[in-house]
Amino acid sequence: MEKIIQFELNGNQVQMPLNQDQSLLWALRTHFNLTGTKYGCGLGFCGACTVLMDNEPVRSCTIYMADVEGKKITTIEGLAPADQLHPIQQAFVDHDAMQCGYCTPGMIMNAYGLLLKNPSPSRKLIIEGMNNNYCRCGAHSQIVDAVESVSNEAKLNQIK
Amino acid sequence: MKLSELLQEDLDIEIETNRLKRRDFIKLTGASLGGLFVFFRTGSFDLLAADQKRTLPTDYNAFLRIDEDGEVTCFTGKIEMGQGVITSLAQMLADELDVAFESVKMVMGDTDLCPYDAGTWGSLSVRVFGPSLLAAAAEAKSVLISLAAEKLGTTTDQLYAQGGVISVKGEKGLFVTYGQLTKGNRIEKLLDNQSKPKDFSEYKIMGKSIIRTDATEKVRGKALYAGDYRLPGMLYAKILRPPSHGASFVSADTSAVRNIEEVMLVEDGEFIAVLHKDPEQAEKAIRLIKAAYTFQEKKVDEKTIFDFLLNSETEERVVNEKGDIKNGRIASKEVFESTFYNSYVAHSPIETHTAVAYLEEDKIIAIVSTQSPFGVQDMIARELDLPLEKVRIITPFVGGAFGGKAPAQQALEAARLAKLTGKPVMVHWTREEEFFNDTFRPAAVIKLSSGMDDQANISLWDYKVYFAGSRGSDTVYDVADQRTASFSAKNVHPFSVGAWRAPGNNTNTFARESQIDIMAAKAGMDPLEFRLKNLKDERMIGVLKAVAELFGWKPAKFPSGRGYGIACGLDAGSYVAHMAEVKVDQKTGFVEVVRVACAQDMGFCVNPHGAKMQMDGCIMMGLGYALSEEVEFTGGDIKTANFGTYQIPQFSWLPIIETVILDKKEAMQAGGEPAIICMGGLIANAIFDATGARLFQLPMTPKRILEALSKV
Repeated sequence: MEKIIQFELNGNQVQMPLNQDQSLLWALRTHFNLTGTKYGCGLGFCGACTVLMDNEPVRSCTIYMADVEGKKITTIEGLAPADQLHPIQQAFVDHDAMQCGYCTPGMIMNAYGLLLKNPSPSRKLIIEGMNNNYCRCGAHSQIVDAVESVSNEAKLNQIK
Repeated sequence: MKLSELLQEDLDIEIETNRLKRRDFIKLTGASLGGLFVFFRTGSFDLLAADQKRTLPTDYNAFLRIDEDGEVTCFTGKIEMGQGVITSLAQMLADELDVAFESVKMVMGDTDLCPYDAGTWGSLSVRVFGPSLLAAAAEAKSVLISLAAEKLGTTTDQLYAQGGVISVKGEKGLFVTYGQLTKGNRIEKLLDNQSKPKDFSEYKIMGKSIIRTDATEKVRGKALYAGDYRLPGMLYAKILRPPSHGASFVSADTSAVRNIEEVMLVEDGEFIAVLHKDPEQAEKAIRLIKAAYTFQEKKVDEKTIFDFLLNSETEERVVNEKGDIKNGRIASKEVFESTFYNSYVAHSPIETHTAVAYLEEDKIIAIVSTQSPFGVQDMIARELDLPLEKVRIITPFVGGAFGGKAPAQQALEAARLAKLTGKPVMVHWTREEEFFNDTFRPAAVIKLSSGMDDQANISLWDYKVYFAGSRGSDTVYDVADQRTASFSAKNVHPFSVGAWRAPGNNTNTFARESQIDIMAAKAGMDPLEFRLKNLKDERMIGVLKAVAELFGWKPAKFPSGRGYGIACGLDAGSYVAHMAEVKVDQKTGFVEVVRVACAQDMGFCVNPHGAKMQMDGCIMMGLGYALSEEVEFTGGDIKTANFGTYQIPQFSWLPIIETVILDKKEAMQAGGEPAIICMGGLIANAIFDATGARLFQLPMTPKRILEALSKV
C-alpha cells in the first residue's frame, strides 16, 4: 500500500508516496535513481546492497520502506560531495580494491559502518566485519588492505 | 591490389558472412570523420578457432582512430568484466603508438561502433587480440611519421615520436603533433604488417603497473552496469519459468494477474511474462500465475551423476598419444589406478544476468551484461527474425562473468518483450533465476592409470577424461608411453552446462596433480623433487623453482604433517605453479588455508599489478570449487537457489597470498584464468600432507574430508 514516507536520504529530507512493502534497495534504485546500491541476492546474504541506516550498515534488500520512516539513510552516492572521494573510496582506488566493481559500493558502505563503530580495527576485526560481503572476483586481499589503510585514529575525523 | 580494392574485398566478405553491413561500415568510417584509421584483424584465427572450437568469420576485429585533437580511441568488441583489459589494452595501444596513456579512450562491446569479435573468453584479449593491436598501432605510427616527414621536409629516419608528437632528431622546436597531421585528412590504411611492433625491451608503458582506469567510477557507485540504466517508461519483467529443467509446458492460468493495477501481462505462446515498474511487484505477480507442466523422469542427483555419466554412450577423442601404453604398463614397476570426480559448479557473479531493451523506431537496442555482445546480437536477430542491423547491443561494465555470461538469454527475453510491448523492458534476474538458468561447470570424471619404474620415472600415463573437456589434459610430465582421451556426449546433463573460468582445466589439473603426489608419496620422494625429476619443460620447471623460493619450500617425504601442498599446470599459454599450507581440523573436517604462493610465467606481462590481482582472484575463487561449491539437484530440479545453500569464498577464507610473475620478454600469454587451475590439486595435496587422507572428489567438503580421514 502506498503511503507518504519521510526520511533523510544522503543529508536531504525526502518525502515520497511509496509502497510500504517495497524494499529500500529497489526504492533507492527505482524512485531515487541511486543505482550505486546493487542487487545481489535479495535475501541479505551477499551485501552488495549495503547502505547505512542511522549509521549502521544494513542490507537494503531486507529493509521495507515502512521501516525507513524517520530514519537517516546514507548510500554510496552520499558518502562524499560529487567532486570528491571519501577517504575510504580513495583507499579503494589506491589499493585497486576491486575487479568488476559490482560489490564495491556495498563493500565501501560496510567498511564505513565498521570504521564509524571502531575507527581502528585490527586486520582480524576487519576480516570479521567484512566477512558477509561477498566478492566473487577475489579482490579480498586488496579490500582488506584498503580498509586497513584508513583504519587509524588520525583519519577518523576525515571519515566522519 | 589497391587499398580501396582490398577494402572492397573485405567488405564483400563481410557482406557474405552477414556481419558488418556496408552501410554500417560507411557510417563507422563516415566521410565527414577526419583522422587516421587503421583497420586490423586478429592475427591467429587458427588459435582462436582451435581454442573456441568455432570458426570465426574473416572480418575486421577492431580498429583504432586518432582524432584531430590527438585523442586516440580503440574500438573493440572485447568487454570489461573485472579482468582489467580496459586498462591493459589501452597501455598496449599507448605504448606502441607513443602517446600518453591518458589520451587513449576505450570503446568496448558496442555492436554498432565496434567491429565483430567472437567474445571475451579463453584469455584471448591480450594474447591473441593484443599482438594485432600492437601491429595496428605500429602501422599507424609509421603512417604518421611519413606524413610528418612530408610536412617537416625531412626524411622519416630523421624523425622520432614521443607523447603524440613527432620531432626532428637534434632540431629543437621542429615538430608536429599527431592531431595536426590527421586534421582535415582522411587516411585509410589496411594493416599489412609492414611495420613491426617494438621489441619487448623498448616498451615503457607496457610492463608498468597501472591502477585500473575504471576505479574512480566504481568506488563512487557511478559505473553503470546493465541494471543501472533508467529509461522513460521502463518496466521490469518477470518471466514465467518452469520449476524444473526439461519440464514441458501444458497450460497456465493467468487470470489472477489480469486485473492488477499497473501490471502488464504478456502471453506469447509458452512465453509468459508480467511487467511492472517495480521489480518486486512484478515478482509478486508472476507467482500468482498457476502453470501446469509435465516432467521428465528425475533420473539423477548430485550423488548418482557420476555413474550415470560413465554409463552414458560417449564419443572418444584422442587428445594426445605417444609411444604405446601397453609397453608403458610393462615397464612400470608399480601401476596406480585412480578415479577423480568433480561436481557441478555455478558461476555466481555478484551481478546476475541483466539486460534492458528498447525500440528506436524498428531497431532493438539492448544494453546487456554479457561476454559476447555479437553473439547476443546474432541470437536476438535470429530469434526475433530481424536483420542484424536492426539489433544493437551495448555492453556496459559487466559485474563478473567467469564464462557464465557468454550465454545471455536475459537479453533475448528483454528484446522480445520490448518488441511485444513497445516499452523499454528491464530483465534483471533474481539470484534464484541466476542459479536456475546458469550454465554450470560440468560434473566430470577422470580415470587415470599411471605407472612408475624402479627409478621413480613416470613410465605410463593413460588418461581418460569424461565430460570435463580436454583443456588442461596435457600430460605435462615427460612420459614415454602416454595416451590422453576425452569422452563426451550431447544432451547428457540434466540442465545446461558451459565454460567456467579455465574450462576443463580445473578438473584436469586436479586429477593430474593429485596423481603425481600419490606417486611421489609411494616413491618416498618430496613431491617437488619428484616433479622436477619427471619434467623436461623448462618453463614448468622455472615456475616450480620460483614458487619454491617464494614459499620457502623445504623438501620432505610426504605426508609430513606440515600441511604443505604443491601443484602446477599450464593454461592458455601461461605456466603456473602453486604451493600452499593448510590446517585440517580432524574432528570437523574443516580446512583452513593459511597461505598460498603462486608463480606465473605468462610471457611479457603488460600490467604486472593487474596480472597479480588476477592471480589473487583466481586463488580466492579457486578455493570455492576446491572446498565448498557444489550444485545440488534432483533431475532437472536445481535445489541450490541462493547463497544460503551455495558457499562462495568469504573474507575469513583469505590466506596470505604471495605471487610472483616471471620476468619474460616473450609473447604475451593468458592472465585471467591460469592461476585458478591448480587450486583443487593444490589443496588436495596439502590435505594429504597434513593428514595422510587422499581426497578424490571436488569439492573437498568437511564431510568428504572426514570420510577420507576414516580410511587413513
